[in-house]
Amino acid sequence: MGTFFSSSIGKKFVMSLSGLFLVIFLLVHLSINALLLVPDGGEMFNNAAHFMALPLIKYGLQPVLFVGFIVHIFYATMLTSINNKARGSVKYAGGNNTKDVMWASKNMYVLGITVAAFMAVHLCDYWVPLQITGNVESTTLHGTEMHDTYALVNAAFSQCWRVALYVVGALGLSLHLTHGFWSAFQTLGASNSLWRKRWTVIGTIFAWVVGVSFSLIAILQHFFYQA
Amino acid sequence: MEKTINLTLKVWRQANATAKGAFESYEVKNISTDSSFLEMLDILNEQLINENKEPVAFDHDCREGICGMCSLYVNGRPHGPDDEVTTCQLHMRKFKDGETITIEPWRSAGFPVIKDLIVNRNAFDSIIAAGGYVSVGTGGVPDGNAMPIPKVDADEAMDAASCIGCGACVAACKNGSAMLFVSAKVSQLALLPQGKVEAARRAKNMVAKMDELGFGNCTNTGACEVECPKGVSIANIARLNREYLKAKCLD
Repeated sequence: MGTFFSSSIGKKFVMSLSGLFLVIFLLVHLSINALLLVPDGGEMFNNAAHFMALPLIKYGLQPVLFVGFIVHIFYATMLTSINNKARGSVKYAGGNNTKDVMWASKNMYVLGITVAAFMAVHLCDYWVPLQITGNVESTTLHGTEMHDTYALVNAAFSQCWRVALYVVGALGLSLHLTHGFWSAFQTLGASNSLWRKRWTVIGTIFAWVVGVSFSLIAILQHFFYQA
Repeated sequence: MEKTINLTLKVWRQANATAKGAFESYEVKNISTDSSFLEMLDILNEQLINENKEPVAFDHDCREGICGMCSLYVNGRPHGPDDEVTTCQLHMRKFKDGETITIEPWRSAGFPVIKDLIVNRNAFDSIIAAGGYVSVGTGGVPDGNAMPIPKVDADEAMDAASCIGCGACVAACKNGSAMLFVSAKVSQLALLPQGKVEAARRAKNMVAKMDELGFGNCTNTGACEVECPKGVSIANIARLNREYLKAKCLD
């Protein structure tokens, strides 16, 4: 198996599995975010956030998630640098006029960087206060004291520029997924002429549903949920 | 009536593998739009020879689109502006009068330039030598009904076998990846009973050789199949991934 992970297909196998793992994380994240739209003053969202901070999830699953991100980014960097070398040192003077190639597919690393940059801001905004410094207001729901995560998120979304940044990040993620989703299955070998069309349709719908939903939640929070 | 055009050619000239190359501009006049791209280059070379200049070196052989020798990156596309044809089948009617045509060799770390527009494609031969064949005895011509093969498999194997190994896939790929070529060569055998015997060894050895020779990693952009003169599908790449993963699991 040693030669498997050093082979080109083995490295891409790691890319596709870590990518699909992150796709599952996105679904979990999106479902919890959707609770921000429940008009109960954030009670349900706070409960969900509290649940996600349980020791088993915080110390058990969260490190796995971080490993997923690190592996995906590390392999992306490694593969991109090998590929740039393989392209050769002389660039085509005639440029590239190949049609019918999706823009996102040629710019996955750049799109990945925008997603990563957005994620860094995101971590500073929420993860650091909630899980590291604990510098967050508290609220008591049904006798349990917990972070008022809703208030933190709600306050962040009151700022126009944060909502704008959030939407840009989410749409960058959409573009990344329009290629990444079907590409993962192609790399796993779970594709042929028929399934390629199916994965592309499923992937494109999934990508835009995820990106637009994240964006909409932020925008609705900004306009309709401010106290 | 025959139509003729005048063109400016921006051609990559490089004396040898180690020399520094550069573009040179040439004018060619009264080129028939019915002539092929290589015939146009022949006219240019005659012109250069008459002027006591070194002719432009380019690869070609059969000139009917089946040998895979011709290459050329013309105006930003491998095999030029037409679809599903090789450079030798590209006609001058695809160009406008007065147009400047940029002609470059394939570019990728796996295909170093030998001279002018000729690149070294030995890497493909090495990949084939690593496993792109059937070494088990398959006997004489059997009765067609003795070994039933589903029509779908036969068709897909034939489509994969239409790869002429020209290297346009590598030239078009932003990653300089040879996956379309390797996947076609693995698929044409993996789909048929004779090829199944050595399928695992073939997939492993050919991929290992491809990686060793400095080709990049496929990111599924699909540029290769768009530029392939034989329309080889990247569904073959999915099959190669499958064959490779299967082979590695059996280890």
